[in-house]
Amino acid sequence: MENLNALLDGFSAILTPGNLLIALLGVTIGTAVGMLPGLGTAMAIALLLPITYGMEPTQAFIMFGGIFYGGMYGGSTTAILLNTPGQSSSVVTVLEGFKMARAGRGGQALATAAIGSFVAGTIATIALVFVTPITVEFAIGLGAPDYFAIMVMALVATASVLGSSRIRGFASLLFGLVVGTIGIDAVTGQQRLTYGVPELANGIEIVTVAVGAFAVGEALWLAARRRNGTDEIIPVGRVWMGKSDWRRSWGPWLRGSALGFPFGAVPAGGAEVPTFLSYVTERRLSKHKDEFGKGAIEGVAGPEAANNASAAGTLVPMLALGLPCNATAAVMLAAFQTYGIQPGPLLFEEQSALVWTLIAGLFVGNAMLLVLNMPLIPMWVKLLRIPKPYLFAGILFFASMGAYATSGQAFELYILLALGLVGLGMRRFGIPMLPMIVGVILGPMAERQARMSLQLSGGDLSGLIGGPVSWVIYGVIAVIALWPLVSWLRRRSRAAKDRELVAA
Amino acid sequence: MTTGSDAVEQAAQERPAEEAGRAPDTDTTDEAVVAEHPKQPDFAQLWVCGFLGLLGALVIVDAARLGGFAASNDPIGPKPVPIILGILLFVVAAFYALDVVRGGHGEDEGANAGQHFDWKTIAALCGVFIANALLIDWLGWVISGSILFWGSAIVLGSRKYVLALAIAVVLALGTFYGFAIGLGLGLPAGVLQGIL
Repeated sequence: MENLNALLDGFSAILTPGNLLIALLGVTIGTAVGMLPGLGTAMAIALLLPITYGMEPTQAFIMFGGIFYGGMYGGSTTAILLNTPGQSSSVVTVLEGFKMARAGRGGQALATAAIGSFVAGTIATIALVFVTPITVEFAIGLGAPDYFAIMVMALVATASVLGSSRIRGFASLLFGLVVGTIGIDAVTGQQRLTYGVPELANGIEIVTVAVGAFAVGEALWLAARRRNGTDEIIPVGRVWMGKSDWRRSWGPWLRGSALGFPFGAVPAGGAEVPTFLSYVTERRLSKHKDEFGKGAIEGVAGPEAANNASAAGTLVPMLALGLPCNATAAVMLAAFQTYGIQPGPLLFEEQSALVWTLIAGLFVGNAMLLVLNMPLIPMWVKLLRIPKPYLFAGILFFASMGAYATSGQAFELYILLALGLVGLGMRRFGIPMLPMIVGVILGPMAERQARMSLQLSGGDLSGLIGGPVSWVIYGVIAVIALWPLVSWLRRRSRAAKDRELVAA
Repeated sequence: MTTGSDAVEQAAQERPAEEAGRAPDTDTTDEAVVAEHPKQPDFAQLWVCGFLGLLGALVIVDAARLGGFAASNDPIGPKPVPIILGILLFVVAAFYALDVVRGGHGEDEGANAGQHFDWKTIAALCGVFIANALLIDWLGWVISGSILFWGSAIVLGSRKYVLALAIAVVLALGTFYGFAIGLGLGLPAGVLQGIL
């Protein structure tokens, strides 16, 4: 009840003309940036972060709420119309969405994605309101060793569960951890990995890493392949859904939301697994199984809902534990930190009004998207017709502006370029980027917790294992780490059985 | 889950086909996109292993230099974490190399592996980017930002020199007035100080 009152206060803070305008601005710019191929929600926030520097925290967070949902919405539009998933969570949407667009049902695909995102976003944000305080209560009882264990789990899980190759996931993670180590050690004040460069003493900002690897990397990647001109864009007619589309969509929306939120809320659950699960579930349950693979609306409705719900779910560990598990949450956390706010269990006590305004902002942004963008989709699609040279010149322009404005030093631009080259390499070799991003932000946090734990135990390594919570978590880590071994053994025994059958 | 990963593979296989079907670009060498990616291991990936190994060495060399003093409030000091990271980097580099030799590849079935890599354009784009970094403090954001936009657009294939320049100047002036003067963002005026 107390939370609901706080949420109502949050709404009353938002419902002023000025703040609504900011929310509108956030939704609009978020959609625009999210639609740009190769970028996504995280990039929308990272590139737009400098705009909020001149604002009060409340206004800035209202804007983030808008950008958050706007960016996701933009990403799914691009996925459906261009056949290029901007982020791995949109991979599944592309499967049926692009086929629908090809078959002249692009309007319906976009509509079910938009309404599904709204439904899932609303459900997941309501769930967020109720789950986060519970998580906070649980988190207050946790000590440094438990936090350390949770962070290690998040790191190992993002590196090994997501993506197709574990070794590449770990390579990406380690690079991120090394980047996170650069700078002055918070405890002893010694410089690590700066190699005497004074500008490196403050470390490398997570936003610089994200913008460098994603935005600059994407521009270099375009340069590498010189695929100029515009992609084939399928024209969209009116964005609407017929009666049968509604009938076929509402079930997948609800099931997708139910699948997405818990995965998002668990550290390192991610959006990939629930979107796949949703796709598979809908294919199994559908009365139109023959349409799957040719453009079934259920295959867009379910995964899109799962995607949105899981994104909202990732805000639970971000707000309650200070634990970002995807690129978007990592950038959001960085945004919090620029205002001197540290997410974690104490956040709800210390910055209660701000948090609830952010959550109310999520509701408002989500609703605005539905009302405003459904009719505006054909106009948004024009954005995709901007020739690639101008599009990426603009991205480089804004990325440089943001990096310079943040630090006031031209040196930041060289770091941006260096990370862009790393991003280029990662694209070329198919190395996932998420582990790197999570490593940059979680690595230093995990080190701090580990050193705090060891301080309590006087340097004895047993200090890293705290109460039952950390035991359970280390158990989970062991399962994640040993899983390939188990599945390999199972495959082997199955193969052996097959051989026996053949022999018999 | 199996059906899910099948779906990914399906998507990955379909994408090159899409690219092949796309109309060829005006002045680019895109044949490589169409070409089948080679069956033999993609040995270029060994560069990644080399990079990881080098990074590991840099991390350990730097860590060795750190004073490993242990205070009562910090029994392990700043040293162990980089050393662990360095060792892990070596381990991952080794396993990565093993994976490459066995024919492993990254996401999308390594679909990008066989593609033509246009180093000249990359170098030109980096050059434009560095020019902005070198000039921004002296010439100011309006001029260096215009150069950045115009140069990038030309390098990336735009042939409408005047239009690109017009967009560049409008964007640079707009962002300067909007962000630096409007929102108080730290963008330098440079030589145009007093004129803008």
